[in-house]
Amino acid sequence: MSEKAKVMNTMHDRNMQRISSVQRVTRVLVLAGTYLFLTAMALIIIFPFYWMIISSLKELSEYRASTPTFWPRTVMLSNYAEAFSQGNLGHLFLNTAYVGVVSTILSLVITVLTAFALSRLEFKGKNTVFAGLLATMMIPGELFTITNYQTVNTFGWMNTYTVLIVPFLVSVFYIYLLRQNFLQIPNELYLAAKVDGTSDLKYLWKVMVPLALPTLISITILKMMGAWNSYVWPRLVANTNQMQLITNGLRNSFNDTSGNTNYPVQMAAVAMVSAPLFLVFMFLRKYIMSGVSRSGIKG
Amino acid sequence: MVDSKHQWKAWLYLAPALVLLLVFTVWPIINTVRLAFLEGYNSLAAVNQEEVITFSVGIKNFQDVVNYHGFRTALVNTALLTVITVPLSTLLALLIAVALNSIKPLQKFFQTVFFLPYVTNSIAIGMVFAAMFNIVGNPNIARLTKSVGIINNIIEALGGTRVNWINAGSEYWANMVVLIVYIVWNALPFKILVLLGGLQSVNKQYYDAAKVDSTPRWRVFTKITVPLLSPMIAYVVITGFIGGFKEYTSIVGIFGETMGPPGASDSPLNTIVGMIYDVLPKQDYGLASAAALILFGIIFVVTMINMWVSKKRVHY
Repeated sequence: MSEKAKVMNTMHDRNMQRISSVQRVTRVLVLAGTYLFLTAMALIIIFPFYWMIISSLKELSEYRASTPTFWPRTVMLSNYAEAFSQGNLGHLFLNTAYVGVVSTILSLVITVLTAFALSRLEFKGKNTVFAGLLATMMIPGELFTITNYQTVNTFGWMNTYTVLIVPFLVSVFYIYLLRQNFLQIPNELYLAAKVDGTSDLKYLWKVMVPLALPTLISITILKMMGAWNSYVWPRLVANTNQMQLITNGLRNSFNDTSGNTNYPVQMAAVAMVSAPLFLVFMFLRKYIMSGVSRSGIKG
Repeated sequence: MVDSKHQWKAWLYLAPALVLLLVFTVWPIINTVRLAFLEGYNSLAAVNQEEVITFSVGIKNFQDVVNYHGFRTALVNTALLTVITVPLSTLLALLIAVALNSIKPLQKFFQTVFFLPYVTNSIAIGMVFAAMFNIVGNPNIARLTKSVGIINNIIEALGGTRVNWINAGSEYWANMVVLIVYIVWNALPFKILVLLGGLQSVNKQYYDAAKVDSTPRWRVFTKITVPLLSPMIAYVVITGFIGGFKEYTSIVGIFGETMGPPGASDSPLNTIVGMIYDVLPKQDYGLASAAALILFGIIFVVTMINMWVSKKRVHY
């Protein structure tokens, strides 16, 4: 190696070293900035939940004090008892749970049967049926509501559990999701079962359903969340005290915006309504997130 | 495999879904179009079986919607909220997703935190936002103002002046700011989830190549990350626009069913969906159907524009 090349080489090395130390400093700075940004955003995201909980534990006079407190001076758990009785939350919880459970079970049965027929059985018009189903997904739900309102009125279903359950039992999206899952199960299993003389229904129940369990769990959670969060349809067709669901009851019992609302009690009610969703989320995060990322729908 | 003997069985499996879809999905599509174009349709007259009443066909319902006293407000509110919140939430979600993707420790923790707003009831948390922005007491008379609300507390601590956000006598822009904050907060989780999923499936080779060339971070972001992520970005923007034009429950959550601050008349914050639901219990099905079709038309056109733009810009 010539002298000149050697010098060039060491210079290059030194340069590389300087660059790498500069790079290291920038990398640390960028990383710190990233964490700072994420923490700030996370605090903004969390803040409403924090505020809901501490407000729900404050005394009314403390809540109304001109200087805010970030931790309740006296923890008022009685706000929860008051909210529970004032908003008639027990009745609302039961109503919502009943509608949620019944509609989820029926919806699962229908979805499984339909997805099975569309993925395993051979019949004329299969592709037409499937394409037709997918086509209905493009139309916004608001378009159906008007006629459905008229229809359930004609059926005499107003203010019954039926009206809250039946119109939304079929979800084309769930059928699509499950069909895709069923298609991944090798056809040989089905043929082998047929050779053994297993009936379609037994095969579906013993083989397909267990194999597609994660998808079925995702569907169950999304459907239950839907019942818990539904507001518009129940408000239109079942708004009596007897039939109300949780969200409608919550908005109606605590809707005084004149400034005299007992906010701590209101926040206690809100916290109680939010709690079940959080518990479900804590335990079944994986299923919720995978279901949501494929759907893009809320409930 | 086709066993014609067993074809009826397949239809048996399909029957429950098909029957329900015919009644609650297919018939509504046909009927909504029918009602929207029938003039002077009145459900009482239609039920009256004694005489056959025929209605003329025309676009009167659509004209009625356009001339409906709340329509212009609803249209402006809906469009404004969508046009502001979709880009804002998409950009914010993109920054958060990229930041999340670049860290290792605590990634799962942050991911869970950012997903939290998704598992909430939009009415319930709307009420929390209302409490945060609310002024307790009389906001117009200083002597009667008790607590100005935590957001105003923060603003005053930072040296600003308090704003009457949502109380009686509050201004339109203040109401809109509250709604935008809430809608963006609510829209972030889904967008972050999708964008992060996209980032995690991006081929690492592109980034290694950029590293070899010691490309500046900003260029990596605009020239590699965004183009590679463009299908996901297009997806969240399109679903964002569709959801934005159907905005309704966030406003009910914060302002209640009056769709406006207390004391305001004529629902100043109403949206198109809100308008449809106002008309519906009055049994004016023709008007409601026409409004729903107009909404469908708007969503369809906006989606087509989105698709057309993304076709030009998205790199697959």
